[in-house]
Amino acid sequence: MRRMPPERAADYYPIAYPALMLGLFFVVPFAIMLAISFFQRVQGGFYEPAFTFANYGRFLSVFFGEVLVFSLVLAALVSAVCLLLGVPFTYFLTKLSRKAQVFWLVALLGVLSLSEVIIGFAWSTLLSRTAGLSNLLVAIGFMDRPDAWTPGFGAVLTGLVYQAFPYTVLVLYPSFSRLDPSLMEASRTLGASPLKAFFTVVLPVLRKTLIATFIIVFIFALGAYLLPQILGRPQHWTLSVLITDQAVYQSNMPFAAAMAVFLVVASLSLVLVVAALNRKGAGQ
Amino acid sequence: MSAHWPKRLFLSALAVFLALPIIVIAGVALNEKKTLAFPPEGFSLGWYAQVFTDEGWRAALVHSVLVATAAAAISVSIAVPIAWFLWRRVAPWARIVEVLGLAPFILPPVITALGALSFWATTGFYGQPWTVVISHGIFFVSLPLVTVTLGFATIDREIIEAGMTMGADDRTLLKTVVFPLVRPYIISGFAFAFVLSLNEYIVAYMTVGFTLETIPIKIFNALRYGYTPTMASVSVFFVLVAVVVFGLVARFGDLPKLLGAWSEGDKG
Repeated sequence: MRRMPPERAADYYPIAYPALMLGLFFVVPFAIMLAISFFQRVQGGFYEPAFTFANYGRFLSVFFGEVLVFSLVLAALVSAVCLLLGVPFTYFLTKLSRKAQVFWLVALLGVLSLSEVIIGFAWSTLLSRTAGLSNLLVAIGFMDRPDAWTPGFGAVLTGLVYQAFPYTVLVLYPSFSRLDPSLMEASRTLGASPLKAFFTVVLPVLRKTLIATFIIVFIFALGAYLLPQILGRPQHWTLSVLITDQAVYQSNMPFAAAMAVFLVVASLSLVLVVAALNRKGAGQ
Repeated sequence: MSAHWPKRLFLSALAVFLALPIIVIAGVALNEKKTLAFPPEGFSLGWYAQVFTDEGWRAALVHSVLVATAAAAISVSIAVPIAWFLWRRVAPWARIVEVLGLAPFILPPVITALGALSFWATTGFYGQPWTVVISHGIFFVSLPLVTVTLGFATIDREIIEAGMTMGADDRTLLKTVVFPLVRPYIISGFAFAFVLSLNEYIVAYMTVGFTLETIPIKIFNALRYGYTPTMASVSVFFVLVAVVVFGLVARFGDLPKLLGAWSEGDKG
């Protein structure tokens, strides 16, 4: 069948409804948020129309700078750990039987779909003094008495890696499962050890995928809004937490909106980098 | 081969890492008294029963399921026409609609949430229970959009050609050939959106956080204002729901293919 351009008005009907829904409930909200970011806050948690850059001006504070740097470093760290674990994992996964792959995929999807609330709650329990891992270590004699490992930076990092790991694997999975097995065979025939073949053949072939995955997981980690709150202290709060906090608890919508716009711009520029990478990859 | 054991060890370690929090909350929910001790002190299935017998938790569960069902239906209703249109027509500009469908999922969720809050507050509907249904419906369009687009891509265009030669019009073809072929992908897309909506917190919180309690909102409130083992049992219940739903998708569909691998036949 040949695809044809729409000709009559009726041909456009099918796309009209999705376009309308997405326009009204995604583009318009976005535009309103953008407008609010220039509004002025008034007493009592409300805001009034204005055109001020004051909300953006607040970015220049030391406090905001620290939160921003912390968010970026944390997201980069999460993404790096996820790739370090996820790359060998995905590679092994795609070598398993179809049945075993399905089992793992269901488990990964199960964890991925878990609410941040549930993940935060589960890890805070797991790292707590009364119910945590440290009890286990005491029982086998590694520690003298149970200790609380949450809240703390380690807990935030662990929780975020837990949440982002399945995502990382699912992003890597298509490329790894489509990897031509003959590449590996060829390098093995030429005398490379499996480990050497993995580092000198598989990873270079997938270099672009790896960079793209790093960025995609980075954005995913940047979006975490609950885990730093549940598992960390206020100094572990990220930009996403700050946005939620300003919008809901401080009732400062204009400032929250300005930060959200900033986050969109940052994320979008990263997405564009990924898209450019993919285009280059496709051109080869 | 002995070279296999590091691989086994690595996979097992990750399996433990992924399972550990779930094992602990499953255990915590077995406590006899209202405590979150692990290993559990005493044994009781009472906290599991509470998910269904306690009025507050049951109401939250009903809210979550209703919101997720309606939202997933909206997501599918938006995604299917986009995927169909892009498959059927040459219309590069329609890609914009596709990108809009994918955007909410790629951007940090707090942005969609804040956008929804701004929108519903401005239009005066803030707090209405149905607002979260629409906002979730938009938020999760990307999932059915990806699966259904994949579904259309698997249709052999020659089959359609044959149907057209035999005189079938668009509507007949859609009903007799196209729809049955993409149906499994539509169902998977629905399943993905349903499970994710069940678990979604931030958009729900910013739209109906103070008027309608869904399970994630109720768990979060319990985290703040008083722990109870019920939050553990309901979490375990949600894990089971996710595993069952994705297990069914895998049982009746080709999960690896749905997630981007070649299908079994392609591998050769």
